[in-house]
Amino acid sequence: MRGEVAVVGISEIDPFESRGRSPVGLMAEASRLAVADAGLRLSDIDGLFTASSVYYTPSLTFAEYTGLNPRYSDSTVVGGSSFEAHVGHAAAAIRSGLCDYALVTYGSTQRSDRGKLVSQAEWLPYEQPYGMIHPISPMALIAHRHMHEFGTTSEQLAEVAVSARKWALRNPQAPYRVPLTVDQVLASPMISSPLHKLDCCLVTDGGAALVLCATDRARDLPRPPVYVLGFGESADHRNISGMPDLTTTRAVDSAQRAYRMAGLTPADIDTANVYDAFTISLLVLLEDLGFVAKGEGGPFVASGAIAPGGSLALNTNGGGLSYCHPGMLGLFLLTEAVRQLRGDAGERQVTAATTALAHGMGLTLGAHATVILGTERAL
Amino acid sequence: MTQRPTPVLRGEERAYFDRARERELVYQRCRTCDATQWYPRVVCIRCSGTDLELTAASGNGTIHSFTTLYRAGHPSRAADVPYTMVLVDLVEGVRVFGELVDVPPAAARIGLPVEVGFQDVTDDLTLPVFRPKGGAIDAR
Repeated sequence: MRGEVAVVGISEIDPFESRGRSPVGLMAEASRLAVADAGLRLSDIDGLFTASSVYYTPSLTFAEYTGLNPRYSDSTVVGGSSFEAHVGHAAAAIRSGLCDYALVTYGSTQRSDRGKLVSQAEWLPYEQPYGMIHPISPMALIAHRHMHEFGTTSEQLAEVAVSARKWALRNPQAPYRVPLTVDQVLASPMISSPLHKLDCCLVTDGGAALVLCATDRARDLPRPPVYVLGFGESADHRNISGMPDLTTTRAVDSAQRAYRMAGLTPADIDTANVYDAFTISLLVLLEDLGFVAKGEGGPFVASGAIAPGGSLALNTNGGGLSYCHPGMLGLFLLTEAVRQLRGDAGERQVTAATTALAHGMGLTLGAHATVILGTERAL
Repeated sequence: MTQRPTPVLRGEERAYFDRARERELVYQRCRTCDATQWYPRVVCIRCSGTDLELTAASGNGTIHSFTTLYRAGHPSRAADVPYTMVLVDLVEGVRVFGELVDVPPAAARIGLPVEVGFQDVTDDLTLPVFRPKGGAIDAR
């Protein structure tokens, strides 16, 4: 699969607050913009990939709303990692001739819906009757265990949020335009110990879309193709009691598959976009993706490694913690990776970036999908 | 006051909560491969076998991890904050989710020995909870 399929169009719309658009309206506007970015029309799209927290059958909702009649559709839902999974599934479908131009799209009005959102998620009979906060409390259980096993501290977790804000200050689209300090994170209300409010991602609206096609077609389109070099998936739990090891996730497996397909190692990645729903989930994933050894994530982030100027150009748009988290972040990890590889990232541009990793995780670190992208030079 | 969230129980899920009403915390053992699993399933997670025995656990274990909620996860629990959720490793070898009671937040810790208790939260729902072994810990 390496290098056979490329991203040819991207878009983001209303990444903080929807300007009068419904979730499917955000999907439609993002799709229109991404298709235009690719030099195509929506009617060229014959493969549709989407996931939603509000629509039970989002591919049908979107097809009807836009008049699209795809010959291939995939609405795999594995939480926030759905869209990384969609990229791999789309690449496989394109290679098999099941579709030529694949659209991955998402939209959410989670911020505008606040308090009114009715999730499609089922109740977990063995955990939710207790009145825990999903997904914060399971993530907090992971955090306490990581602290117990490796000596990770709340200050180190706070550094993750502080680094994210430093990146966000270089993103004109990011909502909060002031620096953040470790003390401010620690002084924010405790929600589910040891996680404070500012250990948690933003609650925003937003839509995004991505267009993929085979490499030979991509070279005829206006934007420089961004090639899919590697892909891997893995998944193992829905309930936190079913997570085999609270401090090591299946991201180890999804990343290994993606690195092997790409022929790259973590040291070869120029910029990474890793799902940061919570400070702790990012810390665990940095370890599992091989950017730092297991248990050493705390000192790593406290050293400034993931802040601008550090050793890893991570979540350069500010991520879910300081840019945008509309229910599911996965697609925004990919759009930022593509923006960096196109050299379109403005003040936050990583110099001469040729490889980028996007890692999506779903629910409470239960689902994982890793995508490695590269420019022509990385082929 | 809003009522505690009550799950819609289907099939084998019902058996777990029926036994909880009888003051039993149950888990399954596979008679084919001897694997254990917490909540009842129709297949063994290790060998896919279907000869599974639903057994009452001793209820004894230690805290694997915990989190104290300072904001209620459901409106019915607003008056209860702060309250603590735990993962408990039972001596039978299964990991169970539940609530920790009779322990002030500052005394909750990984490794704390606990035993099971039961709370009738509605007329239809009894939940296993965990208490410190050796009696309640005072809030001081």
